[in-house]
Amino acid sequence: MSSAWFLVARIARDRSALLGLVLIAGLVIAAVGAPLLATHPDDVFELHPAKRLRAPSAAAWLGTDRMGSDIYSRLLFGARITILIGVIAVGASLVIGVPVGLVAGYYHGWASDLLMRVSDVFLAVPQVVLAIAIAQTLGPSLPNVILALSVTYWPWFARIVYAETRALQKEVFIESTAALGASPWRLTALHVLPNIVSPIIVRASIGMGFTILTAAALGFLGLGPPPPTPEWGRTIAESREFLPDAWWYALAPGLAIFLTVMGFNLLGDGLRDVLDPRLRRGRTTADE
Amino acid sequence: MRLLALLVHRLVWFVPTLLGLLAVTFVISRVIPADPVALVAGETATPAQVDALRRQLGYDRPLPVQFVSYVGQLMRGDLGRSLYTTRPIVDDLAARVPATLELTLVAMIVSVVVGIPLGVLSALWRNSFLDHALRVVTVSGLAIASFWLGIMLQLLFAMRLGWTPLNGRLSGFPPRGITGLLLVDSVLAWDWAAFGNALAHLALPAATLAFPALATLVRFTRAGVLDVMQSNFVLYERAMGLPRSVIVWKYILRNALTSTVTQMGLLFGILLAGAVVTEAVFDWPGIGTYAVNSIIRSDYNAVMGFTVWAGGIFILVNLLVDVAHTLIDPRERAA
Repeated sequence: MSSAWFLVARIARDRSALLGLVLIAGLVIAAVGAPLLATHPDDVFELHPAKRLRAPSAAAWLGTDRMGSDIYSRLLFGARITILIGVIAVGASLVIGVPVGLVAGYYHGWASDLLMRVSDVFLAVPQVVLAIAIAQTLGPSLPNVILALSVTYWPWFARIVYAETRALQKEVFIESTAALGASPWRLTALHVLPNIVSPIIVRASIGMGFTILTAAALGFLGLGPPPPTPEWGRTIAESREFLPDAWWYALAPGLAIFLTVMGFNLLGDGLRDVLDPRLRRGRTTADE
Repeated sequence: MRLLALLVHRLVWFVPTLLGLLAVTFVISRVIPADPVALVAGETATPAQVDALRRQLGYDRPLPVQFVSYVGQLMRGDLGRSLYTTRPIVDDLAARVPATLELTLVAMIVSVVVGIPLGVLSALWRNSFLDHALRVVTVSGLAIASFWLGIMLQLLFAMRLGWTPLNGRLSGFPPRGITGLLLVDSVLAWDWAAFGNALAHLALPAATLAFPALATLVRFTRAGVLDVMQSNFVLYERAMGLPRSVIVWKYILRNALTSTVTQMGLLFGILLAGAVVTEAVFDWPGIGTYAVNSIIRSDYNAVMGFTVWAGGIFILVNLLVDVAHTLIDPRERAA
């Protein structure tokens, strides 16, 4: 607990990391408090054709969309979908990627090589390209978007965990623990894993931003959850036929995506500085 | 000899990676769907038609046999037929390659020409106003959804101000095609009106596509220059009394850029992935728009054809970058 507090205190001293933390906190508050914060909570599913495409006003803070629904309220509920996609997709990638990386890093042999070659294939192709193919095959829905993103993101974790595990194996404390007769399971789970948590956390934060961005692109291309789900990417796609008049329609969801992804990127950078002083800022964030 | 062995080694790795990609696309197209033939046949097909198509496509054979024939088919350059245009997908793609190539090349040139000098200045004037301003740019470039950036640029420059065309590649007839790249063709035909027109059409999509790549380049160049500035040879050159400009632009930049070269493959990946959505926003008649239209029409063959094509190109470019890096950097050869 005290180490978690230490971490937060260190991050709070870095202005940009703090900004990232604030942005993410804002996103979480928006998602959790959506029913309370929304001025028109029923507008996610209700239509008001008489009020369609109204400019921002006191009644509708960010204007209304083509169905007459309040854009601000729909954005708040969209935050839930964004978090859901990000957390499950990154979580699933962790669950697949970390064990794969540990096993491939710990054991030497053709099976390890094969595992890493498989992850290399995924890394060799831009994520959005494979995600498009998978989402298209499965059909547009929320679970399928999450599946497509998980299947294409786990290799990032496998790669990092593999490299870190291989590097750790040369350390004296790992060798001596092995010499004391620790089982491979005990060695990797209790001795290797705790020592490579930092890069995994950093990658997870950056992965959240990246996954949310890709999910928005899939939504924009019509491969996301179908309407009336208030998914941000789809909302931007819907707004296009009403431009330039209904400028607010496209502006708000895009800003929401931007601030969310920036939050996770800044936090990831800050965490890297705090957790891993060996790496200087700006080295590897852009490696996607 | 050692260099040759290294190049051969790189080439040999290319084959399993490509096979791996094909295995992935094979699984996506033939194993994941409950009935891949029903997908291809469409919703109106009767069960008898589906069965006939299954035999005709050879989908009734065991999966390993199917995979071998799938790979063989792709090796002959056959990506199947589009369900919508009924033409071979390879022909459809080939007709659209020049448009994507022109957009991607211009975006790449813009991001390199603007990004590298900015990265150097940012490192030299560390913590200056410029450095902080550029940090905002790089953070934004990696956080902004490119389809949204494109729409916002259209809204401002095309719809409100009317400075640029809204979408498309050219108004009027294209100059006589030699390369398919309108900028090159119009110069060759000495048609400056068409050149200006094509350039105006390119401005917004190229800016949209270049932005994230530019952000990445500024970041890498800045980090690379800062790294090299701390090395002993720079200290030595300073002690020798070499002018600062010579040290920076000749010695530091050359050493910092070797790491940037390795990032060119990564940069290309950003551009290729970005091209799909950027083209869709600007109705740019390239590969990306083809892919997006295929998604909308549920033209399932064409989407898979695009995936194989894009993946293959990306792997190939990374191979070339690896080879180039080996040739440029003597340390790579010794390693």
